[in-house]
Amino acid sequence: MPIAGAEFRSALPVGQQSPQLVRSFLLQQHAVTNAEFLAFVRANPQWRRGAVPVVLAGGDYLAHWAGPLDPGPPGVDLQPVTRVSWFAAEAYCEAQAARLPYWLEWEFVAAAGVRERDARSDPAWRQQILDWYAHPASAPLLPVEQRVANVYGVYDLHGLVWEWVQDFNSLLPSDADPEKFCGGAAQNLQQKENYAILMRIALLGSLQATDTGRAVGFRCARDGENAP
Amino acid sequence: MMPFSRLFFICAFSSLGVAVMAEAASPPGAQGGDFGPPRGAPIRAVLTSPPAVPPPLHRNYPAKVIVELEVREIQKEISEGVTYTFWTFGGTTPGSFIRVRQGDTVEFHLKNHPDNKMPHNIDLHGVTGPGGGAASSFTAPGHESQFTFKALNQGIYVYHCATAPVGMHVGNGMYGLMLVEPPGGMKPVDHEYYVMQGDFYTVGKYRERGHQDFDMQKAIDEKPTYVLFNGSEGALVGENALKAKVGETVRLFVGNGGPNLVSSFHVIGAIFDRVRYEGGVHEQENVQTTLIPAGGAAIVEFHLRVPGSYVLVDHSIFRAFNKGALAILKADGPENKLVYSGKEVDSVYLGDKAANLAAVSEARSAEERGTLTKEQQMKAGESRFTGTCSVCHQADGKGVANVFPPLAGSDFLMADKSRAIGIVLNGLSGKVTVNANGYDSVMPPMSQLNDDELANILTYVRNSWGNSGDAVSAEEVKAIRNSTRRAEGAAH
Repeated sequence: MPIAGAEFRSALPVGQQSPQLVRSFLLQQHAVTNAEFLAFVRANPQWRRGAVPVVLAGGDYLAHWAGPLDPGPPGVDLQPVTRVSWFAAEAYCEAQAARLPYWLEWEFVAAAGVRERDARSDPAWRQQILDWYAHPASAPLLPVEQRVANVYGVYDLHGLVWEWVQDFNSLLPSDADPEKFCGGAAQNLQQKENYAILMRIALLGSLQATDTGRAVGFRCARDGENAP
Repeated sequence: MMPFSRLFFICAFSSLGVAVMAEAASPPGAQGGDFGPPRGAPIRAVLTSPPAVPPPLHRNYPAKVIVELEVREIQKEISEGVTYTFWTFGGTTPGSFIRVRQGDTVEFHLKNHPDNKMPHNIDLHGVTGPGGGAASSFTAPGHESQFTFKALNQGIYVYHCATAPVGMHVGNGMYGLMLVEPPGGMKPVDHEYYVMQGDFYTVGKYRERGHQDFDMQKAIDEKPTYVLFNGSEGALVGENALKAKVGETVRLFVGNGGPNLVSSFHVIGAIFDRVRYEGGVHEQENVQTTLIPAGGAAIVEFHLRVPGSYVLVDHSIFRAFNKGALAILKADGPENKLVYSGKEVDSVYLGDKAANLAAVSEARSAEERGTLTKEQQMKAGESRFTGTCSVCHQADGKGVANVFPPLAGSDFLMADKSRAIGIVLNGLSGKVTVNANGYDSVMPPMSQLNDDELANILTYVRNSWGNSGDAVSAEEVKAIRNSTRRAEGAAH
């Protein structure tokens, strides 16, 4: 979906108090599905489970698939693909002439509610995210696009899976180990009560690029203003 | 009383011989002690779920101890019919109890189960070093971290998750205790138990049924829905009560995970013989209530002389009776009437407001038979009025001038029956005009009285001291009770 750029105040310490300009870009409407990722590994054998070197994807890469070219029963086709490393996600997007979104882009679009572009001060918006956090990842994933899209027409930025971003490992200053624990993170982040965003930054911060997770998926982005 | 602990240490060291004496050259545990490299084969730590405590170590050398702790995010009952998603160390809140010896080298493995959604880590207050292990143990779901530390200081230490947002991780139950035994071990007791307090914040009210999610705003406001020992209202009561026998000594390792509240830990009916307050090396004796800070712990010991149920509470007492901070220690054994007599006299004492309780029971049985008369209601209402309402409104219904409005000959009372029922149920504060006089006072809600009691009281006051009206039925009270919203908590 085309996303019109605007000034945006991130929850990150980047730029501290001043808003940043998010340039117009395109963001995939839904998280990449098992069916879409299957098409990618069919066309790119080097990204099939078992063929990928461990320096690009950990041992549990696509481990939940029934086989290297079989995501499982038909019901899983429209579920978001998970257990993909950052490298694999980036390779998928490059194959679509796209890229992973930057955090700022992702956060900008994810700040939206059903009606407004910045719903972050709405307690109900925040509680909805927290409610998702309150349920373990053991339950089966829903297919994509089952809930109401946000004001941009983008689905499932919250409440379905975590999503890789281009710059997942540089969201917090590298000299700041304390960011990863105790009050460190809360000190530097704007809008301290905005725990909901903080959780996502913490999750991304815990990952290496080769890691995969049962609840970690992705979607792609592309520069420009017009739909391809 | 002699300080038992010091006697004990002296005995323990002398029996352990020269090697240990060298360790004891500085006061054991008073400050950090490094007892040299680990000896012997690595030992896998015994971890226990609350309220169990791993057995004493009985080891006289520092070892390498391997601790494997698994983080699980699970739904469990927080109160009867109410579930909550706990984030746990080892599947329980509080997490598994860890017991090591001062001087041990601990190889710590933190495993984040693949079914979990969140990254987690662990900050052990017993670890010397930045973050207490937190930076080294930051672990994504489906991963495992390892780090090693030396247990330099003896004591009882809290551990907790320190992943941002820390408050939410702690608020969901991610805390537990680690005991670092002194080199000579601890004095033997008959029972050791593990109890840990925590405060919980749910979207729904206290005991609102169904699955309840975490409420961030209540947590920030420090207004918990529940204050609990061992993570559930039912954790340590009924069949799950702690058990001991008369004549035995009990040692409780009591922690407070927070995230917000400080605990005034008290056991109703017991005096702590010894408290290692703040989990340090000093002891206080004859303690009634000990303060346990959030992120702190204490060791309390007491012996049981009389059988019965001893109630563990946070003596910030509304937490005990309205938010769940209750646990039971049940002591079996023979009575000791010289220490505690039990109830010796149980006679009616009604003071000068002697109530006609017979009238109340007569009215109740008449209502059951469907033959309740206005006169019976009047009599029963009078006796309840005498016990409750007359304190302010006076036995003659005239009230107190300018403070408590009169009921006798009251235009305000008689003008609107439904309003009168509503006021008794829900209370009234602010300005009212009664018989042309203004009052600005507060009447508390009387919703703790049941429908027929309130109907009888209202029938009585509306037909006494010059008032004349019809009877008020329990159904009328019930209808108004069901249709009005009371302030939260008024019904408890």
